[in-house]
Amino acid sequence: MGAIYRREVGAFFTSSIAYIFLAVFYIFSGLFFSLNNISAGSTDLSFVFSTMFFMSIFLIPILTMKLFSEEKKQRTEQGLLTAPVSLTGIVLGKYFAALTMYVIAVSIVFIYGLILSLYGTVAWLTLLSNYLAVLLVGAAFIAIGLFVSSLTENQVAAAVGGIICLAMLFLIDVIASFVKISWLQGFLYDLSFYTRYYEFTCGIFNLSSVLFYLSTAVLFNFFTVRVFEKRRWS
Amino acid sequence: MIEVRNLTKHYGDKKAVNDISFTVNDGEILGFLGPNGAGKSTTMNMLTGYISSTSGQALINGVDILEDPIKAKSFIGYLPEIPPLYVDMTVHSYLNFVFDLKKCKLPRRSHLKDVLTLCKIIDVENRLIKNLSKGYKQRVGLAQALIGNPPVLILDEPTVGLDPKQMVEIRTLIKRLGKNHTVILSSHILSEIQAVCDRVIIINHGVVAANDTATNLSNKVTTDHRIMARIDGERAEILQAIRALNGIKYIRADMEREPGIYEYEIEAEQGIDIRRDINQICRAHEWDILTLRTMEMTLEDIFLKITMGENIQIQKGAGK
Repeated sequence: MGAIYRREVGAFFTSSIAYIFLAVFYIFSGLFFSLNNISAGSTDLSFVFSTMFFMSIFLIPILTMKLFSEEKKQRTEQGLLTAPVSLTGIVLGKYFAALTMYVIAVSIVFIYGLILSLYGTVAWLTLLSNYLAVLLVGAAFIAIGLFVSSLTENQVAAAVGGIICLAMLFLIDVIASFVKISWLQGFLYDLSFYTRYYEFTCGIFNLSSVLFYLSTAVLFNFFTVRVFEKRRWS
Repeated sequence: MIEVRNLTKHYGDKKAVNDISFTVNDGEILGFLGPNGAGKSTTMNMLTGYISSTSGQALINGVDILEDPIKAKSFIGYLPEIPPLYVDMTVHSYLNFVFDLKKCKLPRRSHLKDVLTLCKIIDVENRLIKNLSKGYKQRVGLAQALIGNPPVLILDEPTVGLDPKQMVEIRTLIKRLGKNHTVILSSHILSEIQAVCDRVIIINHGVVAANDTATNLSNKVTTDHRIMARIDGERAEILQAIRALNGIKYIRADMEREPGIYEYEIEAEQGIDIRRDINQICRAHEWDILTLRTMEMTLEDIFLKITMGENIQIQKGAGK
């Protein structure tokens, strides 16, 4: 797992993906930060965090798209799958590599916090709660993106498929509001990624939401392992 | 040591590999021969745990590849048909990665240097793999298999894309490795198998068609009943006289090797040695025999015979 993790993190930086990902992330979050906080004279970062939620819908699939599809295309997965490592090790190595990139990206908020603390008082606990929220959402999204990547050998298909999946999850609330069957509506609201996220931005720490995001991550990593397991046995 | 017992792989209804059994002993080089789609790569992929078998067993050093895959895989160095190279890495960092991936316990620096030297890629160590030629890529692939010094090497067409000089080098290298490794090697190049391997398995339509040493294989089908003779004399008379002999299946004389002298290809019924008869006829007619030899079969002939489904009886599945 360690070897795969290190290779993937290295590969993010030798390919242009890391730079594009980080640049887009920093430019847009920086833009909203300067508009909403610097210009408006506010220390409330929750809007910046919300934009991060939206950005991760589009940016996380870019991060995960090639992790498995490229291996399949270049036939390098044969090297991994015949090496003395477990499938779980392979999947988690790649998962944590992508997660590391994401952590590097969202940790920019601490710099924003520091900048704001020069001009006023920053609610650091709310900031931490927000930070935790985007991390958890990212952890779940990356697992989903990775799963989509394991289904195809085409990077573009993996990226588009990932974006569609994540957008659907984001739109669950909208869909739910049109559903008239009450139990189904309630169920869809329970699955809502954004509602749970929104609670965090208000500073509400809900353990069930933490578990929700973490179990999504575990579940999709498990699915990815199953994809490889299934292919081996077919 | 590799033991394969009744290994079978079905893809839907198609039987890619059907009930294959063989053993490769320590320090033995086994050649895997077969036409495209015969099941060579499928068998190798099953041995290395890349795909599972439908039924049957593959034991690597006594460890079942499906029961304890991680342990079994740690004994194997595998060079697949397409080397699993990360083209964006340099040769050095790629081999470093493989070293970590295999959780290799050997001293890193010296071991990597050994492998680089062995595969003669030390001069391209710091170049990106994507910029290397096919021959170099193939050698990096081989280096990747050698990392960790695994006791079992499985090489799927290791000399593809190499120039003749490199081919000889790689063959020599494989032969040297074969002294203290168990090696399975597949190839389309028959002379290569003949030069390198102790034993040959010919596989066709997913079944083992022949399993013996290369020399034995050619001996078994070498025949005293097929003769090439160059005889100085009137062509029509010679043909007539030899045709009249007992048990002649066919005779042909298309080649005028020297002015007025033809080469005769004669085949008799199996088990009949006609060399003496021919000699006697020639003496009686005062023709001179310039050459007389039995026709040895090369591995190539055997391969073609077996895979074309000709009726040659070769002892099957001797195992050892």
